[in-house]
Amino acid sequence: MSLELVCPAGTPSALRAAVEAGAHSVYCGFRDETNARNFPGLNFSPDEMIEGVRFAHAHGAKVLVAINTFAKAGAMDAWKAALANAEKAGADAVILADLAVLDHAATHHPNLRLHLSVQAAAATPEAIAFYADTFGVKRVVMPRVLSVEEIAKLNAAIDVETEAFVFGGLCPMTEGRCSLSSYATGKSPNLTGVCSPPEHVAYSEDRNGTATRLNGFTIDRFGAGEQAGYPTLCKGRFVAGGKTSYLFEDPVSLNAASLIAAFAKAGITALKIEGRQRGKGYVTEVVRTFRAAVDAIDAGGTEVEVGRLLAGLVEGGRQTSGAYKKTWR
Amino acid sequence: MTKTGLTLGPVLFNWSPDRLRDFYARIADEADVDRVHLGEVVCGKRQPFTDGLWPELIERLQSAGKEVVLSTLALPYNPRERASVVDFCKVGELAEINDLTALPSVAGKPFLVGPFVNVYNEGAARFLAGRGATGICLPVELPIASVAIIAGALPDVEFELFAFGRLPLALSGRCYHARLHGLHKDGCQFVCDRDPDGLSVDTLDGQQFLAINGIQTLSNGVEAFCPTPEKLAELGVRRLRLSPHTVDMVAVSRVYRALLDGKASRGETLAALKGLNLPGELVDGFTRGQPGSARVEMA
Repeated sequence: MSLELVCPAGTPSALRAAVEAGAHSVYCGFRDETNARNFPGLNFSPDEMIEGVRFAHAHGAKVLVAINTFAKAGAMDAWKAALANAEKAGADAVILADLAVLDHAATHHPNLRLHLSVQAAAATPEAIAFYADTFGVKRVVMPRVLSVEEIAKLNAAIDVETEAFVFGGLCPMTEGRCSLSSYATGKSPNLTGVCSPPEHVAYSEDRNGTATRLNGFTIDRFGAGEQAGYPTLCKGRFVAGGKTSYLFEDPVSLNAASLIAAFAKAGITALKIEGRQRGKGYVTEVVRTFRAAVDAIDAGGTEVEVGRLLAGLVEGGRQTSGAYKKTWR
Repeated sequence: MTKTGLTLGPVLFNWSPDRLRDFYARIADEADVDRVHLGEVVCGKRQPFTDGLWPELIERLQSAGKEVVLSTLALPYNPRERASVVDFCKVGELAEINDLTALPSVAGKPFLVGPFVNVYNEGAARFLAGRGATGICLPVELPIASVAIIAGALPDVEFELFAFGRLPLALSGRCYHARLHGLHKDGCQFVCDRDPDGLSVDTLDGQQFLAINGIQTLSNGVEAFCPTPEKLAELGVRRLRLSPHTVDMVAVSRVYRALLDGKASRGETLAALKGLNLPGELVDGFTRGQPGSARVEMA
């Protein structure tokens, strides 16, 4: 069966760009704390979601709505509204992580298809069976812990679909299990849908160059003339055991394009591209390229052909295939 | 008012069997805690070294009058680790689950929920209570306002807060000790055993920031949540957790017991903690609606 390409849409215009570039599905969220990309200038109002779904469906594409943060105690209304608005818009699925949100969706929106977010970090047949049996979850986004071989074994042991990240930003920490950002800033993916939030970022220049800081903690330093990167906490340089290094992860992004054929063989249903914070130009290029690669694999193309299609994307920033290869660990 | 419980959490670090045996012998005889958690929570690769140790420690602690809880692995994924979760829940002692992988194994019996399970609201707590959870140690980053709401909604569940020790902040598929030493996780040589309180991670400007412990990242700062008994009652929290470090944990337990019994003030408690050989500065931001790294204010 063909691999489904699941593409990011941070804005209505990115959604249209992704659909026109060949996305089988797009994923997006509402403009509030219910989704894990709660950044200024991003996301959808309920009306924009209705329009987005209408556009996608008219072009044969699906819309998956991410409601994948953990509901705030005593204030679940925003999450309930997001579920209701997703159903009203005709979303093809919602992507959830919180037990309370899953429970509410399964009870009150039995017709909504439920996907389990990477934020739920379900990495075992036992955990996945629990979500499938209890809430009727139909698809699980793979935590970034497993190698391709392990995903293949997992797929043999479960009877729900799996989706794996293939390109874009990469968390070295297990998503949904990380409070580094709130330790430094008070805000985190689980609490507020943000990591290393921009309002806590400062770039300060001195005679040695530029220091990038997150709420006062130095995350990296750059020499004069060097481009200072965004201070994402886990991609910074730190000192441990007398060594200065990118201890957690180099400033790299994920590119598992060379593994597309292996993903298909491992029984993965869908490939996910990260990047809801990206503009429509980027989305168009990446989606078009990956769609061509997926189609080529489908048509029995060789890895060399696929590699040629993706060559343009491999230039520029540094990349890794992450946990999919065991040596990353 | 019922007495606030005091728990000694699982040892998060790679301590040798000898060190663990000595540590728990002293805990059994001298520590002022009523409940002790055993088990390897962080790394499945460490389990073969300690698996054989737990039966004797269970007995040692129980005969000293401690309630023993077995804590399961927080991020199991390979078959051996998954089997360990099942086995731990079968032993017969109360189990603490740290990943939902353990849920089928505790079906039909009471269990505890550890701080690695995402309970951010009363709905999630209610769901787990419906499955048999009798106690929940809430996630460390949970805002204190949420703690009161969740505990208020479920008066029958014993809620616990992480009160002392380096804060467990993140887990990864990657081992940072191995990476720092130029190794991979599969051939890690167990280098994490060199840092029995975790290895400090400083910023390039020398700020104390984090600590690594194999696949785990902790705070460099040592959490010191020192509430008055009245404050705890107001929150609905009935138990505090002390996380083991190489510092004198018997002393730590006595300091907290005195605080919870109203025999020592917050100031006296903090001063006593400061006098110990701690691996980092005292922090308590998460319990004050601040970033977790915010230092304890002594006044």
